[in-house]
Amino acid sequence: MATEDFKIEIKDLTLIFGKNKSNALKMLEAGKSKAEILEKTKCTVGVNKASFQIKKGEVFVIMGLSGSGKSTLIRCLNRLIEPTAGDVIVNNINITKESNERLLDTRRTEMSMVFQKFGLLPHRTVLENAAFGLEIRGEAKNERLQKAQEALDNVGLQGFEHQKPSQLSGGMQQRVGLARALANNPEVLLMDEAFSALDPLIKSDMQDELLDLQGKLHKTIVFITHDLDEAIKLGDRVAIMKDGIIEQIGTAEDILRNPASKYVEAFVEKVDRKSIITAGTLMFSKPTVVQLEKEGPGSVIRKMRGIAADALPVIDKHRTFMGFIWLPRVLEAEKLNKSTIEDFITTECPSVYEEYTVEEMLPLITGTKSPIAVVNKENGKLLGVVSQTSLIIEATRFNKSEIIELKEQAKEQ
Amino acid sequence: MRKVIDIGKYIENGVNWLTDNFDGLFNFIKVVGNGAIEGFEWLLLSIPFYIIIVIFTIIAYFKVGRGVALFTALGMILIYLLGFWVETIETLALIFVSTLIALVQAIPLGIWAAKKPSANKVIRPILDLMQTMPAFVYLIPAVLFFSIGKLPGAFATVIFAMPPAVRLTTLGIQQVPQDVVEAARAFGATNRQILAKVELPLATKTILAGVNQTIMMALSMVVIAGMIAAGGLGEKVLEGINNLDIGLGFESGFAVVILAIILDRITQALGQKGNNERIDKLKKIFRKK
Repeated sequence: MATEDFKIEIKDLTLIFGKNKSNALKMLEAGKSKAEILEKTKCTVGVNKASFQIKKGEVFVIMGLSGSGKSTLIRCLNRLIEPTAGDVIVNNINITKESNERLLDTRRTEMSMVFQKFGLLPHRTVLENAAFGLEIRGEAKNERLQKAQEALDNVGLQGFEHQKPSQLSGGMQQRVGLARALANNPEVLLMDEAFSALDPLIKSDMQDELLDLQGKLHKTIVFITHDLDEAIKLGDRVAIMKDGIIEQIGTAEDILRNPASKYVEAFVEKVDRKSIITAGTLMFSKPTVVQLEKEGPGSVIRKMRGIAADALPVIDKHRTFMGFIWLPRVLEAEKLNKSTIEDFITTECPSVYEEYTVEEMLPLITGTKSPIAVVNKENGKLLGVVSQTSLIIEATRFNKSEIIELKEQAKEQ
Repeated sequence: MRKVIDIGKYIENGVNWLTDNFDGLFNFIKVVGNGAIEGFEWLLLSIPFYIIIVIFTIIAYFKVGRGVALFTALGMILIYLLGFWVETIETLALIFVSTLIALVQAIPLGIWAAKKPSANKVIRPILDLMQTMPAFVYLIPAVLFFSIGKLPGAFATVIFAMPPAVRLTTLGIQQVPQDVVEAARAFGATNRQILAKVELPLATKTILAGVNQTIMMALSMVVIAGMIAAGGLGEKVLEGINNLDIGLGFESGFAVVILAIILDRITQALGQKGNNERIDKLKKIFRKK
């Protein structure tokens, strides 16, 4: 991908806290560990050579536990914290080398930030708070209040304009924070644990709302969180950070399926995989199929013997899924000397679309152990099959008692 | 006991050097300062006493409440009837000018100390010194620089009354939540914008508490400054002491107390919210019209 497609590019970004930065930086470059550097120079490595790119219009989530350097990293993007080394390139302009004036300009027009603790001015009304960024920018009063009003409407705060922030609930206060950021109409939104201080239910609402807004506004969002569920829900891509190092970057599913390190794995284990892994990723995408028009009982039996399967999916000439053919039924057809298996197909069998999650597929587990067909939503074409065994394994990967329970249920049916 | 180190000598030499070399400057300050104080006095005295009483009562009513308003009205009438009106106004003028000078220096100093820890390290011990030094001591350099009169009184008062305003300004600015300041910074606010739009508004309550303290200390010092012919109630108190006139002493003392209570209650209320209901009501009435 060419550089122009990236909204934000981070190259070897390093941040060291402490007095003896240059020495610490040298040690870091020599490959010394964080602990060694702390011992020798009394400097703490906040961010350790982070490099990544963020695409335009993408929600990029950086997640890690507290102390992992994620909040420090996001503050380097608008230089609320001055990075020790490395580059932050936004729109092909190197922010780290900007003059103070240009930096203020960037903060005023291109990047707005939303904070965990909201950071609202208690002595001002909601409307004035939302207009704060525009005020700093020097816009005329009427104009800025109008834009602030629009932003408040956007986040669903009509009617609260003249209240003080302290009169609102946490969720509403963060809406004001979000409106303040949106009123500036920036291309980049930096959200530092924006929803972490909220109740779970309100948090979930706010996440939905952010996704809704993002659908309309298409901002480039950098979102910091310590909550993997939140990361997965919001992030187009997720970066996992530990001890100042970016451990892995990928889509939520990449990270869940192939955790790059023990640390990532430990995170992932806590997540409910059932609600993330989809039929599309679980399916076997090039299954042996039976083409209804071409193949008779003889050829089906040979295919089944070849791969030791007792059921095969059947498709028509358009690759549309018709059903499954089971071994006993094929044998029956052969006995009756039929040239086609059409009347012997089991059509009452489970089929799902690609985006179905494991959780949603669980009720399809039955005593017949029929594979589950994955079909295209639009044209019904067969994309692959999910075997019940793999479904059960996936569903219960981290819970042995559940697997036993499901097996017993299957036997009973 | 024999004196081994003579700090007093150095201070004396220093003060002498200043008076010798900056005589012109001190004279200039004296003329301007006296002019300001006397001008203000004249202004207040040219307004009929009942109008001043009404103004104070109205401020007390809207800013504080019915009780304090009543006290203000009765107290000031009592002062008038005791025959101390002119002296009270003189004292008020001196307090006002001293407080103003003190605040003009104290608030920027307080902000500076809040922003720069190194400045704070220097300023704090100086404030300690200014506050704990017996107040009478300030009268000596005041007289040496400016001889006797109103301005040296104001000079001593400014030194004595400044520290709480500096301290409370520093405290107020330091207490502003960092997340709010950071948010302002993230939106591209300059240091000046942060100060004007975030820090000062959020520190107002604390700063006003400092202003209140400064006014109260100015009042106490202004009375002491009566010793160097600063005029006002202080001179009446002094007269009472010199003549062992217990009646005069207590009468003028009462006038000081009444003035102190009125100033304290009103300035205290300035920093507090929730006392604005009556003002809001008033605003609504005006808006309707």
